[in-house]
Amino acid sequence: MADKQGVRIDAISKIYTDPKTRKPFYAVDKISLDILPGEFVTLLGPSGCGKTTTLRMIAGFESPDEGEIYIGNQPINHLTPNKRDTAMVFQSYALFPHYNVFDNVAYGLKLRGLSKEEIHDKVTRILNLVELPGMEARMTNQLSGGQQQRVALARALVVEPAVLLFDEPLSNLDAKLRITMRTEIRRIQQQLGITAVYVTHDQAEAMSISDRIVIMDKGVIAQAGTPHEIYYHPNSAFVADFIGEANFLPAKALAAEGGQIRLSIHGHEVTLPNPSGFAAGRDCQLMLRPEAAQIGHTGLLPCEVTLSTFMGAYQSYHVMVGDSLVKISDPCPINKHIFQVGDQAWLGFEPNCVHLL
Amino acid sequence: MTAHQSARLERKKLLADPVLIITIVLLTLFLLLFILYPLGMLLADSVFSTESFVAYTVAERPEDMTVTDAQGQATDRFIRQGQARKTPYYVVESTEGFQVKEELGRSTSLLYLDSVLPEGGQDTVVVVQTRQPLFTFQAFPHIFGDYTFIRALTNTLQLGVITALGGTLIGLLFAYVDTYVRVRTRLLKKLFDIVSLLPVVSPPFVLSLSMILLFGKSGLITRKVLGIYDSDVYGMWGIAIVQILTFFPVCYMMLKGLLKNIDPSMEEAARDMGASRWKVFTTVTFPLMLPGLGNAFLVTFIESVADFANPMIIGGSFDTLATTIYLRITGGSYDTQGAAAMAVVLLSLTIMMFLIQKYYLEAKTAATLTGKASRERMLITDRSVTRPLTVLCSLLSVFVIMMYVAIPFGSLFKLWGRDYSLSFRWYEQLFKQDGLKAFRDSFVLSLIASPITALLSMIISYLVVKRRFRGRGFIEFVSILAMAVPGTVLGVGFIRGFAGGVLRTGFLQGIYGTAAILVIVFVVRSLPVGTRSGISALRQIHPSIEESAYDLGAGSGKVFTSITLPLIKDSFLSGLVTTFVRSITAISAIILLVTPRYLLITTRINEFAEKGSYGVACAYATILIAIVYAAILLMNLVIKYFGTSKAVREAK
Ligand SMILES: Nc1ncnc2c1ncn2[C@@H]1O[C@H](COP(=O)(O)OP(=O)(O)O)[C@@H](O)[C@H]1O
Ligand SMILES: [Mg+2]
Repeated sequence: MADKQGVRIDAISKIYTDPKTRKPFYAVDKISLDILPGEFVTLLGPSGCGKTTTLRMIAGFESPDEGEIYIGNQPINHLTPNKRDTAMVFQSYALFPHYNVFDNVAYGLKLRGLSKEEIHDKVTRILNLVELPGMEARMTNQLSGGQQQRVALARALVVEPAVLLFDEPLSNLDAKLRITMRTEIRRIQQQLGITAVYVTHDQAEAMSISDRIVIMDKGVIAQAGTPHEIYYHPNSAFVADFIGEANFLPAKALAAEGGQIRLSIHGHEVTLPNPSGFAAGRDCQLMLRPEAAQIGHTGLLPCEVTLSTFMGAYQSYHVMVGDSLVKISDPCPINKHIFQVGDQAWLGFEPNCVHLL
Repeated sequence: MTAHQSARLERKKLLADPVLIITIVLLTLFLLLFILYPLGMLLADSVFSTESFVAYTVAERPEDMTVTDAQGQATDRFIRQGQARKTPYYVVESTEGFQVKEELGRSTSLLYLDSVLPEGGQDTVVVVQTRQPLFTFQAFPHIFGDYTFIRALTNTLQLGVITALGGTLIGLLFAYVDTYVRVRTRLLKKLFDIVSLLPVVSPPFVLSLSMILLFGKSGLITRKVLGIYDSDVYGMWGIAIVQILTFFPVCYMMLKGLLKNIDPSMEEAARDMGASRWKVFTTVTFPLMLPGLGNAFLVTFIESVADFANPMIIGGSFDTLATTIYLRITGGSYDTQGAAAMAVVLLSLTIMMFLIQKYYLEAKTAATLTGKASRERMLITDRSVTRPLTVLCSLLSVFVIMMYVAIPFGSLFKLWGRDYSLSFRWYEQLFKQDGLKAFRDSFVLSLIASPITALLSMIISYLVVKRRFRGRGFIEFVSILAMAVPGTVLGVGFIRGFAGGVLRTGFLQGIYGTAAILVIVFVVRSLPVGTRSGISALRQIHPSIEESAYDLGAGSGKVFTSITLPLIKDSFLSGLVTTFVRSITAISAIILLVTPRYLLITTRINEFAEKGSYGVACAYATILIAIVYAAILLMNLVIKYFGTSKAVREAK
């Protein structure tokens, strides 16, 4: 893996025919994306938004109707999957049931005509890496789900592909194992420095594993950025809502000067920093994460408590600011005043924790 | 919005895969040449002839009875004279470019002259036999005006309906008892197993033999037991009984699968609301099964209509379409066009039924019965229900088994009907009269055909289920369609298609009359069965398994041999044996194509049965059943030890 290669997706589309209406539609609509060598990029979005289709176009199982895909500088549209330097890890693991672990992992190497010793060395090394040493002779049905997933990963890694593709690889595992495995995948990817494209609909998984997250919606990219950017600076309500929980308060920008912006929210004025240079006079929305919202006897906006639930780690409130519902997670409730339903209170937040849309 | 770039890319990717391309091309050629082309030739034959007859009237003046060519030279040469519709005619032969005065019409055969000539004309008609090609539908009105054809057609339809009804009902009875009724004895289950296995291991026409042996004029039961001396099993009821007993196990297996899929809670809900068992059956179970019953009916109907051997052996004067076509071809009436037209009628009949069954009823069955039963069914224990049903099924089973058992005894008794002492004289006679050669030929040809068919059907299944390319639908359709083609029709198609080479050009003429064409017929006849089982086996394999192999760098050929084939090994192995069994027991198509160079067991049985040498026929049939049974035992052993491992089966 001396020469790491990235993937460039240049305005690719996929048109399918809807089986019910018989009408063609864009399952993927002119998506462009530049994936750097060694980068871990996750495609995240609701079911049916075109993630799998995009991934399968990179692998070569589907052909794009528009646009071109490059690995390194090489256009690959015309190449069949077996001629592409990619390896995919499937949701169903897709292990070969008639082979044992060793033969599963060695499959790609045998196709490449390596010698017996080389194959043995590489398989042993990779099985150590995925922490399955000594399992070579097991049949795949004698493995647990997590172990099968590791074999699938090893089988893809051992051929040292330029790009590693994952299609919801962890969705068949239980919650605990999912967390362990995603850490493992990240560790191995970093260790080998391999370029990876990962598909999931689980935002926590995406946040924890990726260098960059690409949020997709109805075949187009809604936003691409680091987990931090996406979480704190979503460019749309869809993204804000999809990644984590978000409250939205309707606001009117009264004035913007000197890096500050003055807003009117339900008739109350609030002044905030304005890093993105929002213009005055526009209607906008203030996005506020529940854990960044505070409740107290003083604050920025008056509100009324409509729900108050003890959750252990935090007290969960629903409050009404004007006619907007705001959810608040107030940590460490043991040391704090607990508001009851019907109480009048004040909603507050650190000015740099909110985001204007 | 167009998807043209992906279409172009898919094409490019396909072309980058030479193994796949070559396979698809060869396969398409094979299907075209050996299935569609012969059938197409039949169609063409029934409406087109390269020879024609031109009829024209002449006045009394004899000098007008000359045919002249373009230069005015007399060219006629008298051949024969005859009469059609009371009009006398002379047949003369002519070179090309002849001229006539008053043309009455043209026909493709002297047999069809009557559609051309006026009734009882006063004038003598001169008929010129010429090499001019002619396209005409005369053959159809002719056969539909032909009494023997109409009778054969009505016979066939009548027989088909009776057999299909009988087969479906008995099949339903067995299936119902098997899935709904608590059976006290192990014995009945065992009987059921034997009854469903017997038709598989025996040549399709042995029951006709045993029908004659047991219930014929000198039948063991009719004469010895019942003392009836003028029993006549030949004719429709003989065939119907034999066909019902031969085909009902297929219905039984089909309907059993269906009943197993009915969710018991539906019926229990009806019982809860106070419905009696009979009421539940008529209002819930039966309506749910209706499409499935229709399915079984049509499948049996097609089998019955296409059946050749049973009507041949036990039909007597009761001719069906299949036997009539055979007699037209071999009987020396030389009405090949008429035979072709009859074959087209028979083919249309079976294909129509097949299309209804395949695209209408199968979809409906799948729609009404989705998924598996949620839990075990409470079996019926009520004595008043179980007793009569059990007794009825046992009696039927015993009867069927007795029919089969009669065959080996038929070969061992000195003279059936007269002398029931044991002897090996029929076997001696069999081996004296080229018996060994018949077994060798049948065995070797079937042995060659079976791996070809098994492999071919697995390849077709793989392409159909796992790959997307243009022409996939064609390959699937044609290879399954072959199931609806009666053997006799295929046989006639092969004669017409290959006797003078492909398209009468002499190309591939060499294969006619050789072992190659026999093997090809075996392959074509078994392909649909193998393909169907291959397709259902492959549908169970998750597509990502092959995709991951493809993704790791394997080409199509490699994916097929290293992943697909090992995963459907069981289906492949049983395909091997099924096609072997089907080939070695086949008769309908092969009897039209086999030449004296090759002796086949089935045609020998037919010959001896026709001559009334039932002892030798039984000896042949007994050995044949033994061979087939051995093959199936061997298959089960092989599958047990070398078949798909438990790991693979669990993974599915
Ligand atoms: N082979 C196909 N034919 C028609 N429509 C398809 C096909 N594959 C996917 N689609 C449709 O394309 C859209 C995107 O699918 P997919 O990429 O699988 O979504 P996801 O983001 O859940 O992975 C969906 O609406 C799906 O129904
Ligand atoms: Mg998906």
